Amino acid sequence: MTSITGHSEADAGPSGDMAATGRVGDRVFSALATGSGVFVVSLIGLVAAFLLAQAVPSLMDNKASFLTSREWQVSAGDLRFGIADLLWVTVISSVIAMAIAVPIAIGVALFLTQYAPRRLARPFASLIDLLAAVPSIVYGIWGYFVLRDFVQPVQTFVESALGWFPLFAPLTVSGTIFLASIVLAIMILPIITAISREVFDQTPAAHKEAALALGATRWEMVRTAVLPFGKPGVISASMLGLGRALGETIAVTLLLSVTRGTFSWSAFAGGETFASRIANGSAEFDTPLKTGAYIAAGLVLFVLTFAVNAVARIVIERRKAFSE
Amino acid sequence: MAQRIDVKDLNVYYGAFKAVEDVSMSIEPRTVTAFIGPSGCGKSTFLRTLNRMHEVIAGGRVEGTVALNGRDLYSKDIDPVAVRRTVGMVFQRPNPFPTMSIFDNVAAGLRLNGVKTKAVLAEAVERSLKGANLWNEVKDRLDKPGAGLSGGQQQRLCIARAIAVEPQVLLMDEPCSALDPISTLAIEDLIDEIKQQYTIVIVTHNMQQAARVSDRTAFFNLAATGKPGRLIEMGDTAKIFSNPTEKATEDYISGRFG
Repeated sequence: MTSITGHSEADAGPSGDMAATGRVGDRVFSALATGSGVFVVSLIGLVAAFLLAQAVPSLMDNKASFLTSREWQVSAGDLRFGIADLLWVTVISSVIAMAIAVPIAIGVALFLTQYAPRRLARPFASLIDLLAAVPSIVYGIWGYFVLRDFVQPVQTFVESALGWFPLFAPLTVSGTIFLASIVLAIMILPIITAISREVFDQTPAAHKEAALALGATRWEMVRTAVLPFGKPGVISASMLGLGRALGETIAVTLLLSVTRGTFSWSAFAGGETFASRIANGSAEFDTPLKTGAYIAAGLVLFVLTFAVNAVARIVIERRKAFSE
Repeated sequence: MAQRIDVKDLNVYYGAFKAVEDVSMSIEPRTVTAFIGPSGCGKSTFLRTLNRMHEVIAGGRVEGTVALNGRDLYSKDIDPVAVRRTVGMVFQRPNPFPTMSIFDNVAAGLRLNGVKTKAVLAEAVERSLKGANLWNEVKDRLDKPGAGLSGGQQQRLCIARAIAVEPQVLLMDEPCSALDPISTLAIEDLIDEIKQQYTIVIVTHNMQQAARVSDRTAFFNLAATGKPGRLIEMGDTAKIFSNPTEKATEDYISGRFG
């Protein structure tokens, strides 16, 4: 905005040395700040370079199509691997997790900011945040030993009612994508709730009063003032949650039944995500070529997560234009 | 359409703090009544009790009665939401819904009332925007965001939004304090026009404005900081500004304090 009203030295931004005095403290601090920035950027670059360097030889040797094959055969001398089913299981498990977690998170965030009495809202919010403090291995064990028995009847019901639809086709698998999705939903609930709660809380009182003065009920006020204002924030919160669900490893590895060689579109199938395939395959990291196959899978996950975060970033940027 | 308001022995509280004490007054239909007084004297607080917006703030409550055409707004069987549909409000800062278009802003209240028919909405939006003297300026860009208008236009948009639901009473809480003189003039002309149809109550810090737009003026004051505000005097605007009964009123309007 300052550029409209005039130009001052301070507007020039952090690029130049205009404000630097050349004193020792200034030089040390600027070197530290610049160094940290360069370090992080080069770290990301190096990770990408490492993944590429390790993956490319295996990809060159791969006799199956990397993107469309469902095979995963990495025994020495005969490399045939593709990521088609990994991509499907990773994406569908995360999408189902989102479908469960986002509505609940929005509901909880609305309750905490618009409905709950103030003195109750704070402890309740901390309780939700505590969900994020539970280690993922604990979620895995809990899902395996406790939740599975509760999810089983639900699955049986959905299978009998909607089994004709490929996504709900009945299969005899104990560790299903559906079960993993529910656990993932619980794991990403805190981050989505926390960010949604913050944006809903920032709804200007003027907008809420405008709705109330028109004769809106509490829910109508939420619908006309709070939700439209918070929408971009909720979207970016969901993207952050999605990023986490895509990469979650240990809980998913524990929960999903490995069913190599068979593939189904059903959410009640087993399978492996990128992360769980890599974890399950750790015994095969003995030659560079085999390892490279897994690293290639990791590279795809890296790109996928990066893309999701980029989308979240774009949405947050768009939101800035709205709030000014 | 316009209705009278009778307030009797009203005390207004924020939790344990008494903000306004013992106000009784009558507001006639199709008149403009101005509330004046120094900051903190409770005039805005009192205004907000007339459509139960006061209760939106935690701890807000009242004692006494506010009757709209004889019906007590605070009786147990009255829903505050229904009150706000009958008694509209315009705020100090223009507050159009930022994510909505001009059309949707004006239609918001009608949609809350369950009006869905496109033709009915379009007709009401045009009528309200014309009523708020904004139609000619925005008729070609009804689908553009309301937040893109100038401050004065936004405030007239908010007035259009308030009158779209055809309220009985229109409350205005310092509607021009964030506007430039030209926009202020536009709003004042508008008030003069719409008082044919509505009962209007306006809070203002600008005494010339009170003198210009209102038929009746009520002066509020408080004895000291932390004490509740009180209604000192109410009467015809001409009398209040030329020959007030109370010394405090005279001191205030002649600029000796406040």
